Amino acid sequence: MKIGGIDIGSRYIKYVLMEDTRLVDFQRRETGYNPLSVCGELLESSKPEKLVATGYGRYLLEIYENTTTITEIKAVARGAKAVFPGTKTIIDIGGQDTKVISINEKGDVTHFEMNDRCAAGTGKFLEIMAKTLGYDLELFGKHCRDKNTNIKINSLCTVFAESEVISLITKGAEREEIAHSLHYSIVSRVMSLLKRIEIKDDVIFTGGCAKNSCLKRMFEERLQRKVYVHDNPYLHAAHGAALYAMQS
Amino acid sequence: MTKDYKQMWNNLDINLEAHDGLLAVLSDAYQNIYLSQNNRPEGMKYFDFVISEVHGLRIEEILEAKKERKKIIGTFCVYVPEELILSLDGVCIGLCAGAEVGSDEAEKFVPRNTCALIKAFMGFKLAGLCPYIQTTDLIVGETTCDGKKKAYEIFDEITGGKMYVMEIPNKKGADGRTLWRNEVKRFAEKLEALAGKKITLKKLNGASKIVNERREALHRLSLLRSFDPSPISGLDALLINQVSFYDDPVRFTAKVSELCDELDERVKEGSGVSEKGSPRILVSGSPMAVPNWKLHAIIEGSGATVVGEESCVGERNFGAILDDGFSSVEEGIEKIAARYMNIHCACFTPNDERLSDIMEMAKRLKTDGIIHYAIQFCTPYMVEAFKAKKTLDNKGIPFLRIETDYSMEDMGQLKTRVEAFLEMTGKGVRS
Repeated sequence: MKIGGIDIGSRYIKYVLMEDTRLVDFQRRETGYNPLSVCGELLESSKPEKLVATGYGRYLLEIYENTTTITEIKAVARGAKAVFPGTKTIIDIGGQDTKVISINEKGDVTHFEMNDRCAAGTGKFLEIMAKTLGYDLELFGKHCRDKNTNIKINSLCTVFAESEVISLITKGAEREEIAHSLHYSIVSRVMSLLKRIEIKDDVIFTGGCAKNSCLKRMFEERLQRKVYVHDNPYLHAAHGAALYAMQS
Repeated sequence: MTKDYKQMWNNLDINLEAHDGLLAVLSDAYQNIYLSQNNRPEGMKYFDFVISEVHGLRIEEILEAKKERKKIIGTFCVYVPEELILSLDGVCIGLCAGAEVGSDEAEKFVPRNTCALIKAFMGFKLAGLCPYIQTTDLIVGETTCDGKKKAYEIFDEITGGKMYVMEIPNKKGADGRTLWRNEVKRFAEKLEALAGKKITLKKLNGASKIVNERREALHRLSLLRSFDPSPISGLDALLINQVSFYDDPVRFTAKVSELCDELDERVKEGSGVSEKGSPRILVSGSPMAVPNWKLHAIIEGSGATVVGEESCVGERNFGAILDDGFSSVEEGIEKIAARYMNIHCACFTPNDERLSDIMEMAKRLKTDGIIHYAIQFCTPYMVEAFKAKKTLDNKGIPFLRIETDYSMEDMGQLKTRVEAFLEMTGKGVRS
C-alpha cells in the first residue's frame, strides 16, 4: 500500500512516500504563494491510498481534501523516533518556528516549548541575516569564525538584529565574526527553551536549519553531548505523518 | 441592530465612521465564531441579542437612567464593590477593553510594550469608539498592576478628571485588610457625594441581594459545565460572563437562570455540545474582556471544550458570595470589604489560594488539561504561570502556558501549540 506524509511548512513543502514500511520517495518544493497546487503536483504522480498532513499549512488539505492532520510537533516526534530510536530530546528549527520537544520511550510527546509569535531565532532569521552578510544560506554555517573579539548580537528580533549587523559592518567588523555571533545568539535562544524541558538521552536536531553545521557544533558545545543530525533533516515531520497514516 | 443609533452616538462624540467599521468587524467575528457553533442552547438567543445591541439598546437604557439622575460608574476590575454602586441607584458598567482598537492613539501616551488590555481601554476612548465611557460620571480604577495604575493617571487627563482609583493592597495580612476596609469606606463616601444621598441599610440589603443572585446564577452555570458532555460551549459561557459586566443585573440573572433550566434538561438527557469523552480544558489566567474570544475559539476549533475560566471574567468574579447577614450599613461595608479581599488575583503576594482554586476547578470540572493564558506584558500572571506549572506538573495535570495579545498574527502558532497540547494529553483531536 502507498502511504503519504506531507509537511506544509512556511518555506518548503516536504513529501514522503512509503510503500508498506519502506520509505520510497522524498520530495521538497518551495511553498510559494499557492501551496495547495504544489501539494496537488506532489500527490498527483504517486496517488497515496492513505495520507496525513502536518505543518503550518496542514488545514489547507484538511479543508480542500478532507485529509487527516496532526501537528508538526507530534509528526516530528514520530519521525525522529523512527530514525533515531534512542532519542528523547528534539531540537527543531524550521522556517518560522523553533521547537524543543521531549518524548518518552513510546515516542509520545511529553513536553514541548515553542518560540513566541515572531521569527526570532528561526530559519527566517538566519535567511535574512545571511542575505545581509552576502552569504548563500546553505553555506552560511561554514563561514563562522570565532576570533574571540567578543562581538555580540544582543537582539534576536529579525529587524533589530539586522540593524545591529549593519552597525557592526560599518564599524569594520569581519563578516565571519558577525556570522559567528548570529549563530551563537540563535543557539542561546534555543538553550533557554531547552532549560524548560528535560534533556535526556540522545538529542536530535531536525528541520531545515539542522543543515547548518555551525549550529550543530554550537549545540554540542553548549549541551556537552553529541547532537545527531540525519543526512536529510527536512524529512522527519513528513515521515512522521506517513508513519501516523500507516498506523491509523 | 434594530434601529438607527447614529444620532445618539453623535451626541456621545463617537467617531461614527470608525465605529461603523468596528461594529462591522465585530458582527463578522460574531458570525464566524459564535453563530457557526453547533447545537447551541436556545437560551443563547438573548445573549446574541445583547451583543447585537452592545452599543445600541444598552446605551439607550443607560441614557434613560441618566435622565432619572442615576449615576453611571465605569469599572475595569472585579475588585470594585458593585453593591455600593447599586445601593445608591447607580449603574455599574465594565468598560470596553477587549479589542485591538486605537492602539496607535494609545501609544502616544503609553509605551508600545504595554499590555493589550490597557492599550485597548485607552484606545477605545481616544479613537472615540466606546459609548459606555462617554456616559460615565465616574470611572473607577484600582492599583492591581503597575501598568494600570500609571495609565489611570493619564486616563484621568484624557477623560477630563473622571478617574477615581482604589488602592488594592499587595498582601492579605491584617494591615492589607485594614487598608482595603478603609478604601471601601472611602469609595462609599465618594459615591454618596456623587449621588447626593446616603446609603441606607434597606438599599444596601437590596443591592447585595441583586449582586449575590447574579453570582449564584453564574455559579450554577459553572457547575453545569462539570458534566460530560458539557451542555454549553466554553465560548458561550465566556460570552455570558463577559455580558455580566454591563447588562442590567436583574434581567441578566433571570436570563442566565432560564438558560440553566434548559441546560439542566440537556444534562438529564445526556446531551451537550460535544461527544462524551472529548477533551475538556480549563483556562486560567488574565481576564478576557469582550470581544476577546481568541483563545476559546482556537481551543474549541481544535475539538476540545473549555469547561471553566479561572479568571476575573469567570470564576474570580462570582466565586465568593457576600455574607449579606448584616444589620447596619457599617457592618455591611465591613462584610463587603471582606468578600472582595477573598478574590485571588495575581496582584497579591503570596497568592497560593489561586493555585488551590485552579486545583479545585481542575478536579470539579474533570479537566484533561489546563491552558494558562497571560496577556503579553501582564507580569503578575506571566510570572505566576511558572508557579502554577510546577504545582500542576507535580500532580500530573497537563499544563500549557500561553502569552498572547489581541492581534491575530500568532493564530497559526497558537493553533499548533493548542493542538499539540491536546495530542499530548492523549485526547488529541485527531488521534
